[in-house]
Amino acid sequence: MNLSPDTIVYGQLGPFQINATLVFSWVLMALLAGASFVVTRRIEPGGRMAPGQNALEALVVFVLDQIRDVTQQDPEPYLPFVGTLFLFIVTSNVLGVVPGFEPPTGSLTTTAALAICVFLAVPAFGIAREGLLGYLRGYLQPTPFMLPFTILGELSRTLALAVRLFGNIMSGTVIVAILLSVAPLFFPVVMQAFNLLIGVIQAYIFAILAIVYIASGTTRQAQRDARNGEGGSE
Amino acid sequence: MTDASLIATASILIAGFTMAIGSIGPALGQARALAQALQSIAQQPDEANTLTRTLFVGLAMVESTAIYCFVVALILIFANPFWDAAAAG
Repeated sequence: MNLSPDTIVYGQLGPFQINATLVFSWVLMALLAGASFVVTRRIEPGGRMAPGQNALEALVVFVLDQIRDVTQQDPEPYLPFVGTLFLFIVTSNVLGVVPGFEPPTGSLTTTAALAICVFLAVPAFGIAREGLLGYLRGYLQPTPFMLPFTILGELSRTLALAVRLFGNIMSGTVIVAILLSVAPLFFPVVMQAFNLLIGVIQAYIFAILAIVYIASGTTRQAQRDARNGEGGSE
Repeated sequence: MTDASLIATASILIAGFTMAIGSIGPALGQARALAQALQSIAQQPDEANTLTRTLFVGLAMVESTAIYCFVVALILIFANPFWDAAAAG
């Protein structure tokens, strides 16, 4: 029994080991990009549309609605980043029920990479929206004494983001592997179905937390303005 | 008792205790959060979307402590750093 697809090594490419995590990440990327490419070749502007286009549009609208609800801002700038995170994770988790497919999200390297992307996206979106000074000033709110705790919180929530996804997906595959050796006839199927639910929920949670973190970096200015506005009117 | 068997015994015991004790708190907390959310949805069905999303985010936050325990238990069993020391010594 292997805990992570990192330990399945297919070969060596220069200094890099080609392991199952890498290979299945590439498979996922090819699958997502290929499916989107095929669907977007024949786009109907309205009326009757192909089922694939319908599904993709529903998905994009769903992500846009969720981002708008959480951030209370125009969701367009966040759609590519958050939508990609959600799609990649949900596809990886759901394909985990396919025999022979090792979900790359069941490896701590993949989830750590995704969490670091979120960690870097927070200041990127914050600076793009408020400017460098405006973003940095947010760290000194409400008092400069909270600065170490704010920085510690940013680091620990990145760690939690990575470990949460890894722990859930990896535990799912490990539990199924253990059940296969204990009660191989029927019970693993039930657990696989449960893992489908867990996988979708974890992908949703990862994407929602990413938006929440990004929103917390971009709405400081708006909150400050609102507070000042209230102070002025009283 | 050799070093290796001592380490194995301690690791397995502590891994079990880690999971047992570490999952009590998050389980109680998540149950409370879920009960409150269900009550709120029953009172205000219109707000079900917001409540559900906030519930998921909150549950994820609460759950992270349990996941830390799970990871520690796994490290103790499958990737115990003291094995190498025992094997060398």
